Amino acid sequence: MPECPPVFRPTLPKGGTFPAKDGYMNDLMTRRTVVAGMGLLGLGLLAGCSPARGLEFKYGKNMSNEILGRSFKLKDTQGNVRTLSSYYGSMPMFFFGFTQCPAVCPTALARAAQIKKLMGRDAGFLQVVFITLDPERDTPEVLDAYVKAFDPSFTALTGTQEEIDAVAREFKVFHERIPAGDTYTISHSSTSYVYDSRGTLRLSLSHSLNAKECTEDLLTLMEIC
Amino acid sequence: MTVSMRLKRGLAMLALLGMAVPALAETTVSDAWVRASVPHQQATGAFMILTASNDSKLVGVDSPIAKTVQIHEMTMNGDVMGMKQVSAVELPAGKPVALDPNGYHVMLMGLVRQVKEGEQVPLTLTLEDAKGERQTLEVQAPVRPLTAGADHDHSHMMH
Repeated sequence: MPECPPVFRPTLPKGGTFPAKDGYMNDLMTRRTVVAGMGLLGLGLLAGCSPARGLEFKYGKNMSNEILGRSFKLKDTQGNVRTLSSYYGSMPMFFFGFTQCPAVCPTALARAAQIKKLMGRDAGFLQVVFITLDPERDTPEVLDAYVKAFDPSFTALTGTQEEIDAVAREFKVFHERIPAGDTYTISHSSTSYVYDSRGTLRLSLSHSLNAKECTEDLLTLMEIC
Repeated sequence: MTVSMRLKRGLAMLALLGMAVPALAETTVSDAWVRASVPHQQATGAFMILTASNDSKLVGVDSPIAKTVQIHEMTMNGDVMGMKQVSAVELPAGKPVALDPNGYHVMLMGLVRQVKEGEQVPLTLTLEDAKGERQTLEVQAPVRPLTAGADHDHSHMMH
């Protein structure tokens, strides 16, 4: 529980402390006071982020009531294990693709790079994370070079095909291998998912939105959460 | 033989300059480009605009840069990007048909080396007219950065 500001401390009885048997009461009062304190001081913190208050996105979809991608565990291109908590403190934007994808994936990455430019000073807060659906062909080296060609801050995640399939299921991301001659291509969902700094899913951005529209919604999310 | 070789080379030079090229089958190709790849990436896409004077179709593409070249079609169904191989692209008479990242496009698969921005990639297009007669068309496609979008600025291209 966070430290309560002095002004909201319950008045202590004479003698300085509550008797031990009133410990529960003391705890309860403190908790109430903290909540009251939050209500007064922390409009932009907890209360502001509650879905009930309504995050108003102009273009994207408010995903505050959806639970997606909570417990994924994949590796970055350096081989470090990454989970959602790895991104606490930043605003991660995840999307799925494969480097042999001619259109949707480079377009989404180019859009993300443009979003970063449009965000200006706040750009450092956005963490772009590309999750490969094709770990067989997208080696960590290829993935790293690919995403960093768009922006040096971009990162990519990979895993075994089973791990990738599980993560895609968790994000409700459709993907399917399509045979093409003696090789294959992949059909897949193209939506980007954005989490707030505490790892709560907040926003989904359709592939059809442009960088300016995405940026507007991302700044709204940053302002409120 | 020599004459046709020279003709092909001449056409390639025109393509290199980014100009619309009248082909043997009276099919013109403009705005051809290939997306750059990163080292060890196995595939990339090639894009262009084709206009045939008579009803015909693009039935195949070859390039020394890739072991396999296929024509793919991308379609969006809601949020899902669908990708599949197609055997041909119809080229109705007089109608420019775009092979771009948002629809039909050429996939260069099994790249023999990295494709770098600024170089030229030779492509051999095989076209078939309504009578079933086939002709080939040589194109030199400049390589644009990996980050090039579908809505690339064409202002410097000649049309």
